[in-house]
Amino acid sequence: MNTATLTDPALDPAYDLECSNIHKSFGAVRAVDDVSFKIPKGSFFSILGPSGCGKTTLMRMIAGFEDPTSGDIQIKGKSVLNTPPNKRNVKMVFQHLALFPMMNVYENIAYGLRCIGTDKAEIERKVRDVLERIALPDVADREIHQLSGGQKQRIAIARCMVMDPDVLLLDEPLGALDLKLREAMKIELKLLQHQFNTTFIYITHDQSEALVMSDHVAIMNEGRFEQIGRPEDLYHNPQTSFVAGFVGDSNRWSGRVTAVEGGEYRVETEAGLVMTSARAVGQGISTGKEVSIFVRPEFITARKTSSEGSGNAQNALQGRVDSVLFNGANSRVLVRDPVGELIEADVVVTGGAEDLRAGDDVTLEWSAAQTMCFAV
Amino acid sequence: MQSDIKRLSLILLFAPFALWIALLIILPHMGMVVLSLREKVAPRVYEFGFGNYIDFINEPIYWNTLLRTGSMSILVTFLALLIGFPIAYYIAKIAGKRSRGALFLLCLIPLWVSDLIRAFGWILLLRETGVISSFLTDIGLIKQPIEFLYNDITVIIGLVYTVILFMIVPLVSTLDGMDNAMIEAGYNLGGNGFTVLRRIIVPYAMPGIVSGCIVVFMMTAGSYLTPILLGGKNSSWFTEQIYDQFITRFNWESGAAFGFLLLAFTSVVVWIGLRLTGQTLANTVAKS
Amino acid sequence: MKHKTKITGLMAALLLSTASIAHAETLRLLTWGSYAPEELVQKFEERYPDIDVEVTFSNNEEMIAKLRATGGAGFDLAQPSHDRIHAAQMEYDIYKPLDLSKIDTSVMETSHLEGVKANTTIDGEVYAVPHQWGTSGLMANKSVAPDFKGWGDLCDPKYEGKTSMRLKRTILLGTAFSMGHDPFAAYSDLDKYQQILDEVAEKLIDCKSNIKAYWKGGDDLSAMMLSGEIVASETWDSTAYKLYGQNKDIVFVPPETGALAWIDTFALPRKGKADDAAYKWINFVLEPENVTIMSGSTGAIAAVKGGLELLPEDKRNAVTAAFTDADIANLKFFANIPAGVEDMEGKTLEKIKAATGG
Repeated sequence: MNTATLTDPALDPAYDLECSNIHKSFGAVRAVDDVSFKIPKGSFFSILGPSGCGKTTLMRMIAGFEDPTSGDIQIKGKSVLNTPPNKRNVKMVFQHLALFPMMNVYENIAYGLRCIGTDKAEIERKVRDVLERIALPDVADREIHQLSGGQKQRIAIARCMVMDPDVLLLDEPLGALDLKLREAMKIELKLLQHQFNTTFIYITHDQSEALVMSDHVAIMNEGRFEQIGRPEDLYHNPQTSFVAGFVGDSNRWSGRVTAVEGGEYRVETEAGLVMTSARAVGQGISTGKEVSIFVRPEFITARKTSSEGSGNAQNALQGRVDSVLFNGANSRVLVRDPVGELIEADVVVTGGAEDLRAGDDVTLEWSAAQTMCFAV
Repeated sequence: MQSDIKRLSLILLFAPFALWIALLIILPHMGMVVLSLREKVAPRVYEFGFGNYIDFINEPIYWNTLLRTGSMSILVTFLALLIGFPIAYYIAKIAGKRSRGALFLLCLIPLWVSDLIRAFGWILLLRETGVISSFLTDIGLIKQPIEFLYNDITVIIGLVYTVILFMIVPLVSTLDGMDNAMIEAGYNLGGNGFTVLRRIIVPYAMPGIVSGCIVVFMMTAGSYLTPILLGGKNSSWFTEQIYDQFITRFNWESGAAFGFLLLAFTSVVVWIGLRLTGQTLANTVAKS
Repeated sequence: MKHKTKITGLMAALLLSTASIAHAETLRLLTWGSYAPEELVQKFEERYPDIDVEVTFSNNEEMIAKLRATGGAGFDLAQPSHDRIHAAQMEYDIYKPLDLSKIDTSVMETSHLEGVKANTTIDGEVYAVPHQWGTSGLMANKSVAPDFKGWGDLCDPKYEGKTSMRLKRTILLGTAFSMGHDPFAAYSDLDKYQQILDEVAEKLIDCKSNIKAYWKGGDDLSAMMLSGEIVASETWDSTAYKLYGQNKDIVFVPPETGALAWIDTFALPRKGKADDAAYKWINFVLEPENVTIMSGSTGAIAAVKGGLELLPEDKRNAVTAAFTDADIANLKFFANIPAGVEDMEGKTLEKIKAATGG
């Protein structure tokens, strides 16, 4: 960030939220470890990580329910460390929504406005307006228990959005929904975010939620950010082996570099497979180093050994189909390689005679460019 | 066939409960109703009539005592709620999982001792030559020993102490069922501590509050030992009135009438309380 | 076959055991606390191994209430005071007449026996005989209240906050005597009696601020007296005698208008099932050596000839320290309570209790 371009960060902050060097320890446990990031105005930002990685703690610090051990949190360019949670213009959609069961929909949405002393007519107008925007104009007088799961979700968001927050935090709000509704809500959330044009910070352990909705995703592991980037960057250009393994599916081996030659690395896996990689990520990968090797299934082609290959793949293996996992366009085969491991490869299943079947002898081929090595 | 068996087992399961209600609650009360409607006209001669109830209305001592008992019970209920709520909140929301059980047990301990012993405990502490008075004289804070016993304040303290657990238990169980996120959401949306308490925690805990209040009020209004033992020269309690009617004045008829008046009075107070808080009996009883 | 004999054996054993249960009689006593000392009960059961003694402790009012509730069942021998039998029997029919031939009345002090018989005879049948007698009066700590001598002194401002009384009929009667009335004489004219009660109520309401607390039982009275929280009180004589044993300054004071005397009696509940055992108990406790044990426990004087001499020594000293012959001559025995009086007295007591006198 070039500070020279900003005359007064409070007046024209390019970033709604900025965290610098946040640490949080609970006793000896480091829950959040030196996390820094900036979120541009109006974007959909996800923090993706396995459970226990510290993402909820991070979110609670932004909301003000926890204080960082060190580091600074700025909202619209102003530090909020000394601002209590009820004074921060950061609203939060809780994992189980935390709608107030003793109030009806209208009261739930009006609660925040009442707290800041908005006058009655204004509250009425704003509540009607926000209900209109979430396309539920007629539910104002309903009780919470009369709403469907998806409606509750939208009310929880409306309750926050009516406060016109600088940042909206969402803590895995889709976790409790069934699969079909979750898919629908993913799209809806993205649309709502566009409509309100507010910065959303979305916390999840579900990579598909994060990849589908977000402008930017931060991958978090053991209290640290492994990588921040656009979803496609994270998928195609992971910077660490954790990201490569966590985002998307991969075939994974542990191995060692046996030779380096003109930007290509010869590696041998622990089980003795030999392959060539043209993408080594990380410092000091040289002959003799231990590495992790990742190849995504969609970059591996499987053809019957009897059929004619293109011949231009740097890596090829013989194997036998162990099973076919049919899933429409995302069908896959599991192939047992010569050392007895299973390798996944995407296939097209047409329903014709040339489809692979269990027991077929196959040749697996992939390019060196799609073989990623990470220093261990 | 199947449904017959089901119905039979339902009846069998329900029978003990129905018998209990009928034999131990409804029947004796019906007997009391009949008794309360008998007027004594001469030795061993009785007539049907409302004389015992009319006596009550015509004698200010009686209804003053009832009103006094009622208002003091309401005060005790209110104090028990005021003191019990923070304790319950601490146990349910702030204390760690492990200390919660221990704290609950601590609250239970006074119940292991009988009413009588507890009242005597208070007497030992509060009497003129008791522990507190002598301690205060010993450290020179007061010159003359003070009598803390035998006044309304002592009665109220003793009653609050006796009943507070019955306030804490339903409160803990309702507050325990409250998602912490609800409280955080209350803050997050801009509420200060007082707003969150008033608009979120208290409304949520209302069923527990109301059921605790009902139990505590009923227990207080119906208590006998504590007000008698700790009470002063002027502190008559309505239950004492009932006891006197039954035992010292051999006037079972008016004692039965008084018993019903107490039942009616407390029921009306509870009904008003439910109306004011917008709760139903079913709701409060089910929740806690 | 073998099996069968076993069963018959078992049945026989069962029959035998039920027979022996039926044979052992249970004597269910309904009496005052301390009126059935463990020592006497054991001695009685040794002499009559077939009789088990069960004791329920109570007081006059509760005895009547208990017997009334069952129509006189559940107990075999009750011991109400002599003035509590006539009206209760008229009203609730809870006692049965005594068979005086089964009681050794020759050992009883004649005046007491005749007095109780006169009080408890209905339709020519006698319902009670005397057991022990005692008085209600005053006690004072002579070291701080040497001049204490009448019921009215309880309300003397000199002792403000240092006196106590029990809010029961005794204090009403005592106060009436101290005001120059004869309440027992007024029993025949209830309007007159009501007048007396109203005066008494007024006096006792004025007196409330002078009183520390109304005592409810011997224990709280003793505690207040021994700790010095009060210096004088209305009392049962037995309580005063007990305290005399612990502090020689605390003595029983027969009021100048006369101590109120009561006699606890023996009466048979109407549906009692063990009359013979009850008569055995009556005769047993009237034996001289047993009288001493009983009086040692109760602190009251047995209504037998020479009852005073049969008191344990410490109790005898306490009595002689308290009573002169003139005091004894001045005793006012409780008169039979006519119907309606209990109600009048009850209302008066309620009025006093409810009044705000500080």
